[in-house]
Amino acid sequence: MSLYEPIQDLRARYPEGSRSAVLPALRLAQEQYGFLSPAAIREVADAMDLTPNYCHAVASFYDMFHLAPIGRHLVEVCTNISCALVGAQRVVDAFEDELGIAPGATTDDGNVTFRAVECLGGCGYAPVVVVDHRYRQDVGVEDVPAIVRELCAGP
Amino acid sequence: MPARSLLLAGAGERDLTQLADYRAIGGYEAAVRAAGMTSDELIAELQAANLRGRGGAGFPIGRKASLIDRASPRPKYLVVNADESEPGAFKDREVMARVPHRLIEGCLIAARAIESVDVFIYIRGEYLAEYEILAAAVDEARDAGLFGDVRVVVHRGAGAYICGEETALLDSLEGRRGQPRPRPPFPPIQGLYSAPTQINNVCTIATLPTIISMGAAEFAKIGVESAPGTAIFSISGNVVRPGNYELELGTPMRELIYDWAGGIADGRELKAVIPGGSSVPALTPAELDTPLDYDSLAAVGTFFGAASLIVVDDRCCMVQLAIRSTKFYLHESCGKCTPCREGTRWMVQLLERIEDGSASYADIELLANVGDRILGRSLCALGDFAVYPVRSYLQHWRPEFEAHLEQGGCPFGGESTLEGIVAPSDAHAHQPVAEVPG
Repeated sequence: MSLYEPIQDLRARYPEGSRSAVLPALRLAQEQYGFLSPAAIREVADAMDLTPNYCHAVASFYDMFHLAPIGRHLVEVCTNISCALVGAQRVVDAFEDELGIAPGATTDDGNVTFRAVECLGGCGYAPVVVVDHRYRQDVGVEDVPAIVRELCAGP
Repeated sequence: MPARSLLLAGAGERDLTQLADYRAIGGYEAAVRAAGMTSDELIAELQAANLRGRGGAGFPIGRKASLIDRASPRPKYLVVNADESEPGAFKDREVMARVPHRLIEGCLIAARAIESVDVFIYIRGEYLAEYEILAAAVDEARDAGLFGDVRVVVHRGAGAYICGEETALLDSLEGRRGQPRPRPPFPPIQGLYSAPTQINNVCTIATLPTIISMGAAEFAKIGVESAPGTAIFSISGNVVRPGNYELELGTPMRELIYDWAGGIADGRELKAVIPGGSSVPALTPAELDTPLDYDSLAAVGTFFGAASLIVVDDRCCMVQLAIRSTKFYLHESCGKCTPCREGTRWMVQLLERIEDGSASYADIELLANVGDRILGRSLCALGDFAVYPVRSYLQHWRPEFEAHLEQGGCPFGGESTLEGIVAPSDAHAHQPVAEVPG
């Protein structure tokens, strides 16, 4: 599916001549292709009437855009202060053990990318883990094996 | 003080994400009333209410609205800052998830005040569930014909703390890297797309329906005279019942921590409270009776900030806390200004040297000195936010810093709650641009 038309719909939400649809357009491309490859960025740039370099510069600024392939599933553990005070590192260690990879890595089968992230705004329900963009709150070490099993069994 | 629900009023009894439920408790009646008022009347009402911004800076919304160049031939924009990213803060999220229509109604009122028909709500990208609820509420209200000629766009960010800074947010909303702009010109004169722009936090805007409903005079009686109203206080860390509590401003900190949040968890002792989100100076137990309002917190050398308290118990090493805090600001520095970009790296290097016991006393002085050279020297306050907490840890817990040097390592001997905590900046592949001379 070409992203050209859906990106024109996004552009129509903002004042004519503005670049405001770049972020939504990049998100759309990432959802479509899994990550922002040079080809995906070129497609966004063409639809936005911008240069690929400009779109790459924008994408590289934001933490949620992936310029390299990631796993089919994404597990993100907050390790900022509030989560850290109540055991986030033990949760990180548990994922490391269950997945056999360090934070920032992807499992050999390309199934799961696991990383530590900064504050997710779940501090009152810490530790917070985000699995495929959905928050899991009050996560304990004991919850980790089930989360990993879920990701390995599912699609 | 008893709990006082204004922002979250009714959310305990009804599903206020639904338009019918919100209207059943009088929802959107304030917007209708505002539509019958002139822009001048509305701004006067907001000024009389003396509502101070809940995003961090505490600037009165009425005064902000009065600065908008309404005579400008350009469109006027209202931008809601829903990029809640301050460590410790999770209040805006609760408003969007539970009372989205109150936020939307507040947008209609604020837009009317500044004669704007274009509203953008910039929500942080990670808040997907909240985005879905808010976007559905916007659609429902629009379809019900409540918007008139006002357009409301919910715009998702993509992961960058700096975009909560208002001018970085504007750049991001314009489709750029989110980096702060030099000021002046300030946004009320030249903001989004170079047009007059009002920017307010979610909780500030969501308070407007209450002000219009009860009248500014009644509203001004709630809380403290210098800062009327309620705030949703986010409290996290080592307390028994962390969470959000909506209370009047001026509630003593002790009451929030001990009565509402149940006191310190696991039978431990209180060591520190970071009262406004991780960017503000920490307080010691000696300051527990400080009322939670802008002026009272300023009087003890800290900030109301984002009304977000992080409670730290006696198991935490303050040097480790300083490292973890500074690594956050290092990671989130946009890189535009040298003092912030390089200074945060220097601070982390010095702090790590102190933590492993290899530092000299001169390094502690250098740490303070580097902080002084960051403060006030960048386009925005992110660099300051790295310095404020660390400077306060040094001020109140200096003997703990020095104990690291005397013992050649951490006095907590691996037992600190933050021992070994990883940070995203650890994965930075590149070496620091500048090494601190050792």
